[in-house]
Amino acid sequence: MSAIGPLAGLIAGRDAAPDGYVRLDVEPEVWTELAQGCAAGSHDLSALWVDDDRVCMALGGEGLRAIVSLRTEAGAYPSVAAHHAPAMRLERAMRDLHGVRPVGLPDTRPWLDHGRWPGRESAARYKFLTAEGEGLHQIAVGPVHAGIIEPGHFRFTANGETVVRLEERLGYVHKGVEGLLAGADVARGAAIVGRISGDSTVAYAWAFARAVEAALGWAVPPRAVLLRGIMAELERLSHHINDVGGICNDASVLTINARCTLQREDVLAVANACFGHRLMMDRIVPGGVTVDLSADGIGRIRGLLSRLEETRAEILRVYDSMPSLQDRTVTTGIVSPDLVRQYAAGGFVGRAAGRAFDTRKNFPYAPYDQLPFDIKTRTTSDVDARLLVRMDEIAESLKIVGLMLDWLALGDIRSCGPAAVASEGAALVEAFRGDVFRSVRIAASGTLARVHVRDASWFQWPLLEAAVEGNIVADFPLCNKSFNCSYSGHDL
Amino acid sequence: MRTFLLGALFKGTATIAPPVPGADALEEVARALGERARQRLGRSLSIREVDAGSCNGCELEIHALNNPVYDIERFGLKFVASPRHADVLLVTGPVTWNMREALLRTYNAMPEPKWVVALGDCAANCGVFAGSPAVVGPLADILPVDLHVPGCPPAPIEIVKGLLALIEARAPGP
Repeated sequence: MSAIGPLAGLIAGRDAAPDGYVRLDVEPEVWTELAQGCAAGSHDLSALWVDDDRVCMALGGEGLRAIVSLRTEAGAYPSVAAHHAPAMRLERAMRDLHGVRPVGLPDTRPWLDHGRWPGRESAARYKFLTAEGEGLHQIAVGPVHAGIIEPGHFRFTANGETVVRLEERLGYVHKGVEGLLAGADVARGAAIVGRISGDSTVAYAWAFARAVEAALGWAVPPRAVLLRGIMAELERLSHHINDVGGICNDASVLTINARCTLQREDVLAVANACFGHRLMMDRIVPGGVTVDLSADGIGRIRGLLSRLEETRAEILRVYDSMPSLQDRTVTTGIVSPDLVRQYAAGGFVGRAAGRAFDTRKNFPYAPYDQLPFDIKTRTTSDVDARLLVRMDEIAESLKIVGLMLDWLALGDIRSCGPAAVASEGAALVEAFRGDVFRSVRIAASGTLARVHVRDASWFQWPLLEAAVEGNIVADFPLCNKSFNCSYSGHDL
Repeated sequence: MRTFLLGALFKGTATIAPPVPGADALEEVARALGERARQRLGRSLSIREVDAGSCNGCELEIHALNNPVYDIERFGLKFVASPRHADVLLVTGPVTWNMREALLRTYNAMPEPKWVVALGDCAANCGVFAGSPAVVGPLADILPVDLHVPGCPPAPIEIVKGLLALIEARAPGP
């Protein structure tokens, strides 16, 4: 690993676009060098997608951001996963959806294509990876699970109670989102993007809006920027408190869960009263936001902040006082920090393993570039750490929501769009799960030519497989809940 | 823990008063069920939920039904893990090709009599996902739907009203 990674050398002297990304076309040799750079830890793989006859790779490093693209040769290009395993599922999905051929891809099984799409039906059985040994048995779970959750299949190979291997199979809720987005106008694009992963609708809509705004040079009124921040933090708070309850629920401490679900309901009711929708769908659009916050709404949010702080402190006190609960969470579901770094896993999965990455800090965007808050990390990388990171983040979010309310000045909440030009833009936004990436290419007519969406879960799902290994089957729900990865955001 | 529990006890009730069943829902359910179904199971329903392609928005709101505010078990409505124990199949999402078989298998595993509820705009008409080649179509194209609960996603109170209509319409006459 050289002191200056291949990325820094490559983009030295080049100007970044308004979205912060340096864009350049590369040759296959450089493409492969960059893939090897990801594997060597010189920079992180942030996204990988197909755009027409090119493959594009978003990379990030210390203060560096670049999108490199490579022209494929009739669909063929050198596989990134051949050098850097985190690209594996991305490339399998690219093969399924776009028919590209990543040359050297180690795992050529389909990923999102289950052999069910009209015109492409296949009776071939999906081959799960093997685990051989005396006394091993398999447990197949899903796609329909016992609880009310999204569908996916988990194949456990266990030795007695201990999980030897977990393999995930996803793609059940694939809705052809990127296909629908191609050719849509910007307004319809925003509506679709807000429904790719309903739990992160605010973050998704914000990332899409920022990518479109960067492409078109569209300025957003300061009041709208703060309102976006407030909504995004309310979304984060609602999920973090809910996840804490969910983890405790999976360890059979129903009282904590009851309190947390009650607190979540409080957040959603306030969101509904202030912004007219419990999940705040369709509230962020390119150019600003669609609803203003009234003086009454500001008061409601302030009231909510103090109730949330009270709940947080109380839950934390009860959690700390229950050794039987911590017996389930401490040292359960450990992912090695090296793997977390390799996969550049964001969100609480990364921060619970000491990876101090938070888009709001590392690639800050308004209003976070002005807000004082800390990235909280833990190092034990277990269920307990992922729960406590959420608790820490709740405190930070409460602090900055209060500040954003203080800073709200009267003004417009939405601006008119500039004339459409053929352009590109990308954005990274911190959703509650971690960084979500959006890349948008706009045609001269103003319609969306290509939109790519990458959820934080792409780099977290594979780590769940690693986290579960060696744990007992009964602890899988705890591990899974502590990750809380998205199915719909991943399956697209 | 003790103070936490005592505190919760003295805080007063979070649960809201029962809403009136939705009028539209009552009418739709009455039409769908008829007299026969009204006599069957009394005022209790076991529900099996299946996400057949949802964005997870509907699931979040269905989850909320179990929180202390809505507390739907007080109405005799209960979510069950096995389709073998279920009276109602509650389906969300535009049905994707990749989920179609799992959905049908779940439905087929349920004993008669059984009812199907399409929850959310996607289950009714595929919502923003209409026209995608990865989507089979609205739920009614695949299974006989007895009740629609519209919304994107429907607020928990609307879901409660819809499900109450299912109980009211099914309750044995005096």
